[in-house]
Amino acid sequence: MSSTDQTKTEERRADARRELANVREKRQRGEGIGWNGKTLREQLAKLEDKTEATGHYNGLSTLTLKRDDPIRYEQLYARLRGDLVTARETSKEVSATPIVEQEGELCYGLFTPEGDSIAVSTGIIVHIHTMSEAIKFMINHDYEENPKIEPGDIFVNNDPHVGDVHPCDLMTLVPIFHDGELVAWAGGVNHVIDTGAIGPGSMNVSQASRFGDGAYYTARKIGEEFELYNSWKKEYPAKTRTPDFLKLDERTRMTGCLMIRDAVTELIGSIGVDTFKQLSREAVEDGRRGFRKRIEKTMLPGTYRGASFVDALYEGQANVTRDYANENHLMHAPSELHVRADGSFQVSFEGANKWGWHPYNCTPAAIQGGVWVMLTQTVIPNELVNDGAYYACDFHLPVGSWANTQNTETAHAYAWHFLVSAWAPLWQHLSRGYYARGFWEEINAGNANTSNWLQGGGIDQFDKLHAVNSFEAACEGVGARYVEDGEPHASAVWNPEGDMGDAEAWERVEPLPFLGRAVKPNTGGAGRRAGGSGFESMRTVKDVSRWLLYEMGNGYMTSDGGLFGGYPAASGYILNAQDTDLQARFENHEDYPQHDLDPESGEFESKIDGEITRRPEGISTPKEFDDYDLYLNYLRGGSGLGDPLEREPEAVLEDIHDGYVLPRHAKDAYAVVVEKVDDEAQHNSAVHGEYELDREATEELRAERMAERAEKAQPVSEWYEDERERIHDQELIDDVKKTYESSMRMSKQFSDFYHEFWELPADFEWDLSEKAQRSLEGRFKSGTKMKWDNPTHGHETWLDIGRDDEPRVPYTWHADRSIQELSTPTASFGGVTTGTATDDD
Amino acid sequence: MPESYPREHIEDLVDDNLEWNQLHDMMSDFKDADRFQKVRDVLQERVDWDDPIIIPYADHLYVVAKSADRWVIKCDCGHEFCEHDQNWKADALINVRDTEEQYLEIYPEQMHPHPDYMELREFFCPGCNTLLEVTNVMPGYPLIHEFEPDIETFYEEWIGEPIPTPESA
Repeated sequence: MSSTDQTKTEERRADARRELANVREKRQRGEGIGWNGKTLREQLAKLEDKTEATGHYNGLSTLTLKRDDPIRYEQLYARLRGDLVTARETSKEVSATPIVEQEGELCYGLFTPEGDSIAVSTGIIVHIHTMSEAIKFMINHDYEENPKIEPGDIFVNNDPHVGDVHPCDLMTLVPIFHDGELVAWAGGVNHVIDTGAIGPGSMNVSQASRFGDGAYYTARKIGEEFELYNSWKKEYPAKTRTPDFLKLDERTRMTGCLMIRDAVTELIGSIGVDTFKQLSREAVEDGRRGFRKRIEKTMLPGTYRGASFVDALYEGQANVTRDYANENHLMHAPSELHVRADGSFQVSFEGANKWGWHPYNCTPAAIQGGVWVMLTQTVIPNELVNDGAYYACDFHLPVGSWANTQNTETAHAYAWHFLVSAWAPLWQHLSRGYYARGFWEEINAGNANTSNWLQGGGIDQFDKLHAVNSFEAACEGVGARYVEDGEPHASAVWNPEGDMGDAEAWERVEPLPFLGRAVKPNTGGAGRRAGGSGFESMRTVKDVSRWLLYEMGNGYMTSDGGLFGGYPAASGYILNAQDTDLQARFENHEDYPQHDLDPESGEFESKIDGEITRRPEGISTPKEFDDYDLYLNYLRGGSGLGDPLEREPEAVLEDIHDGYVLPRHAKDAYAVVVEKVDDEAQHNSAVHGEYELDREATEELRAERMAERAEKAQPVSEWYEDERERIHDQELIDDVKKTYESSMRMSKQFSDFYHEFWELPADFEWDLSEKAQRSLEGRFKSGTKMKWDNPTHGHETWLDIGRDDEPRVPYTWHADRSIQELSTPTASFGGVTTGTATDDD
Repeated sequence: MPESYPREHIEDLVDDNLEWNQLHDMMSDFKDADRFQKVRDVLQERVDWDDPIIIPYADHLYVVAKSADRWVIKCDCGHEFCEHDQNWKADALINVRDTEEQYLEIYPEQMHPHPDYMELREFFCPGCNTLLEVTNVMPGYPLIHEFEPDIETFYEEWIGEPIPTPESA
C-alpha cells in the first residue's frame, strides 16, 4: 500500500470511528440510525405506507428539486451515475478473472437507506434489484439491533432467497452514514468463478438441492471500520476451489464500494445532506414515472400472452446427487402481461409448473432482477435505471412454482437457465405493443438461450486445484429486429455489454487451448429478418489431472420463439471426443478438428479418432477429461422475425458467404436457389465456397412453396379436432404429461383453461408413469420453507398468490373466443389514481 | 428531440428504406409523439382496401373498422379473419412441424427440438398463404391468443382521438 493509500485508509477509518461515536450516542438516547431518529424498520414501513397510500414513491407527488432546477437535478443525478460507472471501470482492473476483467460481470448500485436503488452502474445491472432485497432483508430482520448496522461495516450476501439470482453472484454492501444517520448504501456484485458447489465451476448442474449449490452467505456482517474480520478472511477462501480469484474479486467489490462511499460523502459535503436525501427520493419517483410514461408512449394498453419452455434432462445422467433427481424436467412458463390504462405493467406466470430437484429454480429476486436487465434493453434505454421501475410494476409469481419456490431446500446455481427462457415471451409482448404503436425500430424477436456453459475443474496446468467457467456465453446471437437482422455473436441478455473475451485471456486461466473459433451456421432463427448467429469454439485439454468438464444449455427444446412468422433459434447439442489421437496428429502435422460447422458433414469425425460423443441434449453432469480430449463450446443464436420467403434472396446469399446459413438451408428454409461456382474461395467466415444466386429459379421455387403451403396446411378447426382426440387419448410422452399435470396441480386457473380449451371431461386425469407420479408427490408434499419472517409490502404480489384462487394480477387465458373484461386491478398501486406523470423520460 | 418526424421519414420506415444510422438515431432519440397516427396513415395508403385501420395488429395484420361498432382483424391481402377480440389463429391455416424430417428442412441435425418435446406450429393466412406466426410449444398446448388490445382505452384515454369509423374515413 502506498503512503497516499495508507493515509486515505486511515482517514476513512477515522471517519468511521467519528460516525460510530455519533451513532452510539443516538442509540443511548433511544434513537435509531434512520432519519429523524427512526429505526430503519420504522422508516421502511413508513415509506411503504406512504407509497401505497399516494401511488407516488414516498408520497412524492411533486419532484421539487427537478421542477425548480431541472438542469441541476440532471447534473447531480449524472454525477452519481458517473461515480458508479467510474467505480466499476476502475475496480474491475483489480480482479484477475476474465469473468470480471474481460466480460465485465460486475455492477455497482447506490441505494436509499430502505434499500431502493437510486442509480446503477453499467454491467450486470440485473442486480439493480437483488441488492435492494438483501438490504430490505437486513432491515426487516432487525439487523439494526443485531448484528448492528454501523459506520464502517461491511456485509456480504449471495443467498438467492434473500436477494440474488444465484449464489455465484457475491455482493458486498457498505452503509454510508452522515451525522449519525444512514443516508445510503453502496453495493457491488460480481460473478465469481467457483462457489464450492459439489462440482467445480460457479454454476454446477449435478446437485438436487441447495445443499449441493455451494456456500450461501446470508446477508452477513463480515467486517467493521472498513476492515474485514479475520474470521471471514480465514473462512471463505477455503470454501472454494479458486481462493485467490475470490480474494481479488472481493478487493474489487470493496474498492468500488469505498469509491462510491467517498463520492457520496464528497457530494453531501458540496450540496448538503438534505439535498442529497431529496435527490435520492426524487430519482426513484422519477424512475417510476419515467417507466410508466414510456409504456404509455410506446405500448398499447391491453393483454399480451405467450408461453415458453426449456428442457433439463437428467434421466440416465451420472453423478446426480440423489436418485430421485434422476428424471427429466421441463420448464413451463405461461407469460401474461397487462398494460393498464394508467401505464402500470403487470406480469404473471400463473400456470408455471412446480420447482424441481435441479439447480434452475428461481426466487422472486432472481425473476425481478432478470426482468429489469431485460427491460433496460428496451423500455428503459437510458441512465434512469433504478428501483422506480420496480415500483411501477407488479409481478405474480406463483408460490411453489419454479419461479418462486419459497423453499430453502431448492437449488438455484443456474437459475438463469429457466429465467432467460421464461422471459422470451416478454420481448414479444413488448414488440407487439411497439408494432401497434408504430415504433418498429424497437421491435425485437427475443434473446438467445444464453448457453452453452463450459465449466469444470480439477488440477490445472500449474498443478493447482482450479475451476473454470468460460464466459464466452456472454456473447450470443441476438433476436431479429423488425428493421434489421439480429446482431450475430453480440452479447447475452443478462449482460448487455458482454463479449466473447480474447481466446488468449481464457487460455491464461483455463487449461483448454482453442483449436478454432467461428460463427456457427444455422444457429439464428430463419425469417425475413434472420436471428443473429451464435458461434462455436473447439477446445482441447492440456496439462491437467483429474479434470472434469460438463455442458449446460437447452437441447430438446428451443426456448426462444420467432415473431411474426420467423422461426425459433436452433437448440443445442453436445460434442466431445475422448481418448483421441490429437497428440499424434499434432506431431505428424495432420489435420485436426477446428470446428463443427455442419454436424451432418462428418468432417469432425474424419479428422479425429477416439471415443466421440455426439448427442442432441444440452446438459451433462461432470465427467472426466484428459489431455488432448476435445470439447465443443457452442453458443446459441437468436430467433427470427417475419416470413422467411420474404427475405431478400441476395441477403440469403450473403448469409451463406458470412457463414450464417448452410447452403442447403438456403433452399429448404428460404426457397432461395444458389449454385456453387468455386470450391475454395473464402469470404468472411470459416465456410469455403463461392455461390451465385439463381434469381429466376428462386422466383419459381418461391411461387411453388407458396402454393405448397395451402396444400400441406389444414384449417385450424380441423387440426383442433385431431389434436383434441390426441389429448383425450393421451398420446403424449410421459415427460410432457408430467409437466401439464404439474402446472394443473399448481394452478386451478390453468387447469380450468386447459380443460375448457380441449373440452376435457371434468374427471380427466393424466395417465402418468409411476415414476412421474412419485416425483410430483414428493415435490408437492415438500411444502414451503420460507426465508423471510417479515416480508415487505412489496412482496405481496409474490406471496399472496396461492392463498386463494384469485391472483392479484388477473388471469385471462380462456378458451372461448371473446375478450374477457379484466377485473379491477388490485396491484400494489391498485385503486390509486396517480394522475398523469408530468416528468418525461 | 423530434416531436414529429417528416411524413417521408415514416414512409421510409414503413417501406424499409432507412439506413442503419437513421434507424439507430430513431432508437436513441426520444420518441416522437405522433408516430402512431403517421404510421397508421401511411399503412392506410399502402393497402388495397378502404376499411379504416384502427391499429396495426401484427406484421401483415390490422384491426379495421367495418362499422362504428364492428372491428375485425384483416390481412393486407384483404382476407378477414375474425372480430378484433378473437384469436385470428382459429381461422388460419396450420402446418405442424413435429417430425425429424420436417425439422431438418429448417435446422441441421441435432440442432432442432426433439419432436416428442416440442412442435412448431406454422400459421398461414388463408387468403395469401403468408406465414404469419410460428409458435414453439410442447405438444398438446392450447392455442395462444397473444394480443388483446384495449382499443377504447388507447384512443379515448391515451391519444384522445375518436376511433376511426368507415364514416370518418
